[in-house]
Amino acid sequence: MTACAPTVTVVRTSTANLASVLTGFERLGCRVHATDDVGDVAAAERLVLPGVGAFAAAQRAIASHGLEDALRERIERGRPTLGICLGMQLMATGSEEASGVCGLGVFEGVVGGYESGEEGWRVPQMGWNLVSPDARCEIVPRGYAYFANSYRLEVAPDGWLPVWCEYAGRFLAAVERGPVVGCQFHPELSGDYGKALLTRWLEA
Amino acid sequence: MLPVRIIPCLDVRDGRVVKGVRFRGLEDQGDPAALALAYEEQGADEVVVLDVTATPEGRGTRLDTVAAVRARLSVPVTVGGGIGEIGDAAALLEAGADKVAVNTAALRRPALLTDLAARFGSQCVVVSLDALARREDRPGVDSGYEVVVLSGTKPVARDAVAWAREAVERGAGEILLTSIDRDGTRSGYELTLLRAVRSAVCVPIVASGGADSPQHMADAVRAGADAVLAASIFHQGNWTVEEVKGALAALGVSVRPGYSEARTP
Repeated sequence: MTACAPTVTVVRTSTANLASVLTGFERLGCRVHATDDVGDVAAAERLVLPGVGAFAAAQRAIASHGLEDALRERIERGRPTLGICLGMQLMATGSEEASGVCGLGVFEGVVGGYESGEEGWRVPQMGWNLVSPDARCEIVPRGYAYFANSYRLEVAPDGWLPVWCEYAGRFLAAVERGPVVGCQFHPELSGDYGKALLTRWLEA
Repeated sequence: MLPVRIIPCLDVRDGRVVKGVRFRGLEDQGDPAALALAYEEQGADEVVVLDVTATPEGRGTRLDTVAAVRARLSVPVTVGGGIGEIGDAAALLEAGADKVAVNTAALRRPALLTDLAARFGSQCVVVSLDALARREDRPGVDSGYEVVVLSGTKPVARDAVAWAREAVERGAGEILLTSIDRDGTRSGYELTLLRAVRSAVCVPIVASGGADSPQHMADAVRAGADAVLAASIFHQGNWTVEEVKGALAALGVSVRPGYSEARTP
């Protein structure tokens, strides 16, 4: 729990599990606010870009509200921003899930798909997997986090601290750059592990 | 493979958790939100909430139950019951579901699965498949398991394995596979059904129906389940989730340990 009840602003993309994210922060004592307003996104003290959904549909939702520049700018300036699952993928250049659709491009990388049925690995990856942060990471802890994804990044972008995980090969479970964090997993659904992560982000 | 997920199931009617045998004779088991939280604290990896009377009564899942569970829970919640169209799924996600389980409506209109996956992604779309063993030859049921809809009341002369394959092709990202013969009987999961569906699809499978012990769960994992669902044994206090996980680990099945910040560097 943090003493001064920070306000967390959550981007309403209309495809996300919004209530899970909102209640997750409420349980940590935060005030929460869902918005698709560009002014709110730019001014937010702490912003979450949540993610359940398809890459193209979510990108379309962001673009239709004119949020791309505001999101890019706050991430470039290092303002506290948390991208969850698809919200992390949207930070990349693009995705094999939607060829021709551009992500925010705050780091270089194209999100790729798992080969279906590869050596008995199920697709989607659905469940709890062990994530291992780079020794310099300050927000993402080591532990089991909940994943639900068919796509992932495999290459650590320059200038970001990587958090690794294994599923049919090594992939990026998360990236950190100061108080800007992208998580392929769902901290809001990761029980006590997730609460520890969110608490550290709120204090970053 | 990931640690096997242990999933307590809350069958809900009129805002209360109920449980019967083979989907009949439902008895009250308690408040959904309180039970869900207790299971999370015991180490549940996920919770499934099924509104068992929604479709038979021709209405959607009660959103207030979902919201009450969500407000307390910080592990994933899958919700099923009465999802007939994309708007029903959107309302459930808005109320607090993380995944939606579609049953009767997907059989009536399989394109619903494609539409749901296009909007929410396959990882959000669960096909809930209730299967009944058929000893006698039945047209269209080659695997020996027939799909039954409307909360186990209506056989539809459709092969369960073939439907599982089609549902995945159309966009389902997980199969919640329930044996009606085993539901509530505590006689173990229907392993032949599990093996048949496992060989047909590569999405995760949640085994459901018949669990009485960790040994049953270990058997299901070896037959191809990625997660095991149970209701009666948890509601009636025979096992806690924590005890189940300890027993599974002793049987050589990988389970998720609890998180302790002190233990992690």
